[in-house]
Amino acid sequence: MTPADIVDVEQEEEGFAARLSGANIGDRAYRIAITLFAVCVPMLLLLVAWEIGVAAWPAFREFGAGFLASSTWDPVRGIFGAAPAIYGTIVSSILALLIATPLALGVALFLSELAPPWLRQPVAFLVDLLAAIPSVVYGLWGIFVLLPLLREYVMPFFRDTLHLGATPLFSGPAYGPSMLAAGVILAIMVLPYISSVSREVLLAVPRSQREAALALGATRWEAIRGAVLPYARSGILGGVILGLGRALGETMAVTMLIGNKHDISASLLAPGYTMASLIANEFAEATGDLHLSALMAVGFTLFTLTLVVNAIARWLVWRVTRGAGVAR
Amino acid sequence: MPTRAAPAPAREVRTRVAVRSLDAFFAEVHAIKNVSLAFEDRSVTAIIGPSGCGKSTFLRCLNRMHETIPGARVSGSVELDGTDIYAKRSNPIRVRQHIGMVFQRPSPFPTMSVRDNVAAGLRILSKRPARKETDAIVERALRRAALWDEVADRLDSSALGLSGGQQQRLCIARALATEPGVLLLDEPTASLDPLSTQRVEELLYELRKDMTVVIVTHNMQQAARVSDTTAFFLSGELVESAPTRVMFTTPADPRTEAYITGRFG
Amino acid sequence: MSATAAQAPQSARPPRPSQRQRAFADRTRGRVRRRRVANTAMTVVLGVAAIVATLPLIFILWHLVREGATALSLDFFTQMPKPVGEAGGGLANAIVGTLILIGIAMAIGLPVGVGAGLYLAEYRRSPLATAVRFLSDVLNGLPSIVMGIFAWQFLVRPVGHFSAVAGGVALAAMMIPMVTRTTEEMVRIVPVALREAALALGYARWRTSITVVLRTATAGIVTGALVAIARIAGETAPLLFTAFGNQFWSVRVNEPIAALPLQIFNYAVSPYDEWHALAWAGALVLIILVFLISLAARFATRARFGGMGD
Repeated sequence: MTPADIVDVEQEEEGFAARLSGANIGDRAYRIAITLFAVCVPMLLLLVAWEIGVAAWPAFREFGAGFLASSTWDPVRGIFGAAPAIYGTIVSSILALLIATPLALGVALFLSELAPPWLRQPVAFLVDLLAAIPSVVYGLWGIFVLLPLLREYVMPFFRDTLHLGATPLFSGPAYGPSMLAAGVILAIMVLPYISSVSREVLLAVPRSQREAALALGATRWEAIRGAVLPYARSGILGGVILGLGRALGETMAVTMLIGNKHDISASLLAPGYTMASLIANEFAEATGDLHLSALMAVGFTLFTLTLVVNAIARWLVWRVTRGAGVAR
Repeated sequence: MPTRAAPAPAREVRTRVAVRSLDAFFAEVHAIKNVSLAFEDRSVTAIIGPSGCGKSTFLRCLNRMHETIPGARVSGSVELDGTDIYAKRSNPIRVRQHIGMVFQRPSPFPTMSVRDNVAAGLRILSKRPARKETDAIVERALRRAALWDEVADRLDSSALGLSGGQQQRLCIARALATEPGVLLLDEPTASLDPLSTQRVEELLYELRKDMTVVIVTHNMQQAARVSDTTAFFLSGELVESAPTRVMFTTPADPRTEAYITGRFG
Repeated sequence: MSATAAQAPQSARPPRPSQRQRAFADRTRGRVRRRRVANTAMTVVLGVAAIVATLPLIFILWHLVREGATALSLDFFTQMPKPVGEAGGGLANAIVGTLILIGIAMAIGLPVGVGAGLYLAEYRRSPLATAVRFLSDVLNGLPSIVMGIFAWQFLVRPVGHFSAVAGGVALAAMMIPMVTRTTEEMVRIVPVALREAALALGYARWRTSITVVLRTATAGIVTGALVAIARIAGETAPLLFTAFGNQFWSVRVNEPIAALPLQIFNYAVSPYDEWHALAWAGALVLIILVFLISLAARFATRARFGGMGD
């Protein structure tokens, strides 16, 4: 092997031919291959949006923007309105967040501030494990355990013991499948996400903040409230919105617990619909093209909604972890 | 340290690597300024200078590694046995197969065994040796790197099981396996303990019998121990190059003297 | 006028607190006590929250084991579903179907995900990389039912029948963003020194990327892939209108195929008690499957962690 062969003698021309040497072909091929794979990602998203959009278009063209506001869903007469589904999606998700956020924050604070080190790992593991359980298993458990529980104890408790039956929130018959049931199961499903993000954010708060507050004579709780939480606020908010994004799109557990009724009712004890469960429930038996297109239109709305919510959530979390708690 | 005998009259002193008017840039930053230097066959040249003076950058220009950094470029020529490695038709891959390089931090390939690590450079040769021949080459390289005795019974175990000093000698063996004529070392003992450092220095002394060795070091004592010629760099320029004994006793340039006597560094 | 202590500045007794001082001390003492009580109360509240948060998991697992274990038998893994009314039967076709669907999803999702991850790691700051990273996160957050109706529109509607392929594609679409991100992370932590060592030996860039960088990152990439597989193994919604389910034995990719989550769903909402029992058994098997895959993921990191250790 002599140094003379560092020059490719075959290549008499410079430029293009020289660049075509063996290694260069390999480099180019590799680069093209991984670029193509990378391009698949945005293409996939565009494809998803396109396919659903195309299928949804007939319904949007037929009903216009009113589709989102109308409550009539009549496959026989061919009139479709997604308002109950949209209402149900939002209400069930917000209910889930109302239940889950204090609990998740509580767990996160407990783990990051109060728990002894030996307790941290196991408890965190158990909470995170909730995220690994498939939705259909939640639904199964919900039907056979949660619904009876709600129907026999919780709902009568609210309605009769607390005498809230007269209020719009708890009015009407309570058979079990309801907005409340959906909200509770969603809360359990969303809890690990909010908790894990909050835990991360709380751990990112510099020690000096806590220590400064404690040195001034604050109690543990006051130090948390005054020094740690304000720092972590927007990160925790990001986690909550992430949970919201999850709750909005949950399908199986909700389908099995919400009652599947096109109804906008103020009562939490009444059945309802969410966008995801509507699609899951009616898609396989859709009667006619317009029905199908209406369901696709619901899907498109859901797609857009979760897209926006998730983008906001990511942006918030990114903002906090980037300048890990820039002082206000 | 054995004293060097006076060169036998039959031995020709020939230039192995000739650097002419070399400039190197990181985007707009002019890192190496018009350096011309020659490296003799069968010698060890040390390159010294304060940090940031460009010695590592210069070293990496010798085997066309500098250009692997995005935005970096080189102008000038570096001739290896008369052939300019920066000629238009030169293939950087082949250049690097002819010139071995060892870096500051030992970096054996973690998923490969000791044997496979040493043989790594052989796999890409256009005339890839057969299995048996490979084993012979691996043994020879490990002997030259003074590592054979320590790893002969665990050639197939993970390279990560070796100590830091052993890993660095493994990297040297890896570089030697393809029998390059030139070996470049960038502060090879900076992260090693004194005993390993001594071992590496001893093996460099052996290697100079049939190779051209260029070693960048921030340790002047090491340069004095190991090299025949020393080159002093400052702010990207070659200030002075002289036989080591001369450089450390009667340097020509006041800046060299200032550095050597420790007035800055 | 009596010679009272009020005129003796060198008196040994401390001055008695004034009315105002006494009131202040009382208020402060009360305040301190209130603060301490509040602190204890919050500690209790947080502890209760932690307990309440772990309760559902324990509940669910307990019911799963109790209901599922009783219906589980060897038959479950070897038998096909029996018609209503007949006792016994199993979900062999669903278990196999799930494995086939995972296989299809992997065949599509892994190359794309790993390839895209490699791109993100090597061309970190390019505009395409930034876009891919963001859009990958967007894809990750999409509801699985959306992926299901997309796959239906794309692969079922044009050909007029359900198929395992359509289900696999829907699952792959969910896998891709997950695998992309974990691959990027794992490749990024490979030290630059390794790449340089390979280049200095005369390796071409592409060969360096594959035989050195990728090989070193393999353990981590495998872990990421297994985590993604554990996720999609339990998904039902994307399969509702793609794989659709099949009560008969089918391993053909161009036909509807049974899947464990689908069967659980169908059985759970049915009115028959035997089917409910099968649903519980299926749920238990599904959870164990997801668990095993997650465990394998952790094991993969540890076993070949010699890749990055020192």
